[in-house]
Amino acid sequence: MASPSIRGAAIDLKSVSKHYGSFIALDKVSLRIEPGEFMTLLGPSGSGKTTTLNVIAGFTEVSSGSLDVGGKSVIGVPAHKRNIGVVFQHYALFPHMTVSRNVAYPLTLRGIANPDRAARVRKALDMVRMADFGHRFPSELSGGQQQRVALARAIVFDPPLLLMDEPLGALDKKLREWLQLEIKRIHRELGTTFVYVTHDQEEALVLSDRIAVFNQGRIEQIGTGRQLYDEPETLFVGKFVGDSTILRGAASTSGNETAIDVAGRKVAAAKRLADGAKPVMLLRPEKLSLARRGKGGQDRNTLPGRIGEAIYLGSGSKYEVVLADTSKAIVRSTLDAETFAIGDEVDLVFAGSDVKLLADDENADFTLT
Amino acid sequence: MATRVIDSRDTVPAVAADGRRRWFRGQAFWLVAPALLLLVICLGLPLAIVTLRSFSEPQWGWQNYAWFFGTPVNLTVLQRTFAISAWVTLVCLIAGYPYAYVMTAVGPKMRLILILCVLVPFWVSGVVRTLAWVILLQDSGVINSVIKAVGLSPVKLIRTQTGVVIGMAQVLLPFMILPLYSVMKTIDLRLMQAARSLGASPARAFAQVYLPLSLPGVYAGAIIVFILALGFYITPALLGGPRSTMLSTLIQNQVLSLLNWGRGGAMGVVLLIATFVLLALAAPLSRQPHKTGSRR
Repeated sequence: MASPSIRGAAIDLKSVSKHYGSFIALDKVSLRIEPGEFMTLLGPSGSGKTTTLNVIAGFTEVSSGSLDVGGKSVIGVPAHKRNIGVVFQHYALFPHMTVSRNVAYPLTLRGIANPDRAARVRKALDMVRMADFGHRFPSELSGGQQQRVALARAIVFDPPLLLMDEPLGALDKKLREWLQLEIKRIHRELGTTFVYVTHDQEEALVLSDRIAVFNQGRIEQIGTGRQLYDEPETLFVGKFVGDSTILRGAASTSGNETAIDVAGRKVAAAKRLADGAKPVMLLRPEKLSLARRGKGGQDRNTLPGRIGEAIYLGSGSKYEVVLADTSKAIVRSTLDAETFAIGDEVDLVFAGSDVKLLADDENADFTLT
Repeated sequence: MATRVIDSRDTVPAVAADGRRRWFRGQAFWLVAPALLLLVICLGLPLAIVTLRSFSEPQWGWQNYAWFFGTPVNLTVLQRTFAISAWVTLVCLIAGYPYAYVMTAVGPKMRLILILCVLVPFWVSGVVRTLAWVILLQDSGVINSVIKAVGLSPVKLIRTQTGVVIGMAQVLLPFMILPLYSVMKTIDLRLMQAARSLGASPARAFAQVYLPLSLPGVYAGAIIVFILALGFYITPALLGGPRSTMLSTLIQNQVLSLLNWGRGGAMGVVLLIATFVLLALAAPLSRQPHKTGSRR
């Protein structure tokens, strides 16, 4: 399809809110998406990510705020005049039309006649590797095939923006992983702006240029996968993106150093929060190491614990360590490291410089459905 | 239906159904026997007798059929019977389609109220209902009083074809609404959202997505209403006049007034055969092999 790089539209949401009665689905969400960018809206169910997508698609009107697509306000523009491709979790193929007619439908609506229309249908089906299925009906296809047809139908009219609402949510893991790579390839080839909604943080990391993490109708942080993982700005982001260990306890600060008392043992980091916030420590699994009890050394932070779960991953091992205050730490070790068995008494060891010091937040808990 | 569904979800129930089928083979006859017996005694047997008498009275031969097709008024009434039934079907469709759609779109409480509104007429005797229409439709009735009150000239409704169509449509409306509703409730309304995202205005999304998917319900409802209308007796007899007589009235006349079972039987057989021919013609229309209407 046409030359990449100039095809995508920029999206600009400014202070967008959506209320349903007293329920606030979106609370002053601001988000700028660059032309051609792959932006993922990540969050648990009910966090506002799908509402944001529906607002962009035109299925939901905003209560307040502004929304520009391609530099023009689309507030009040009905969905069918927005020229935005949408891929749904439930495929939404028309069951009474063949694959070809499904894909041709948006072209027919735009008055594009046959030699051109057939060629573009073929090209779109080629792109999703479904060229041989044109004469089939959706009921004769598997879920993954139906979703590829739905993708072809959403890109065949060259929209400058493609929205995807958990498109792989109904598929099994292997198929999902393969289609993730397909979607990445298609994004690269088209140069269209993609906005992708998912609650799966791994999927978000695989696909996205940038990720906006939603929680309770608000955006907690926008950044690349690496930024979210390495530098989470809130406890919610730290917990939602990647595995993490949270250390809580009575905190004390002296100078530039913060110490937390975890069941009688103090651990410290050379950082401090703004006054008033209750600090917690967040550690990524690969920043933690294990030693036999008493062999952790004195120069670094150590916490006693017991191995609760040991999982062999092939490339290494993953341990769940139960600490003295019954909280759990997650540790990933490489293949050549010492191995431990369930029930072993260990020391959890980490450097103060690897600690992320974050403000405690009771809204940081989430449920995945 | 020639629906070929490639879907793993279907295999498990299919296996279970297979086992059930094996169990059924021995028991099935006894389960359907009462209904079958009723059908044979109350429908099959009388029908056979009527058919026989249409050929045997007053003597053996085709004379009753020759009389039927040789008498112009019979053909006029036959044609009128089909025309009135077609009108009734159309009126039911126009009134029932939006009603059934609303039933799929509202909440469960409102849906119950709407279903009750459809079913209440069933609980009222047909004669009472038709007499109510007589009061409403007559020259000095409620409808004409209203028409006069707003300054228009009164309309002749009672003992006209229009009156018959109105009365019959009211009685038959549930038979249109219920099949329409049962098909419409399986249509995934998210398809309309998909159509809009692809550039279809609400009107085009309806015409190109919703309407085609609802057609099986339209055909089912139309066939039921049409066939029931063909045999209507009380409503046209009470609301109609001499110029809106339907075939059932003529049959009643022959059998009960003139005691001519031969001619009455011949008329019944003609109506039955005409109905079968029409059904056979409509059958290809209702074939929708690839409608899945899947809704998870």
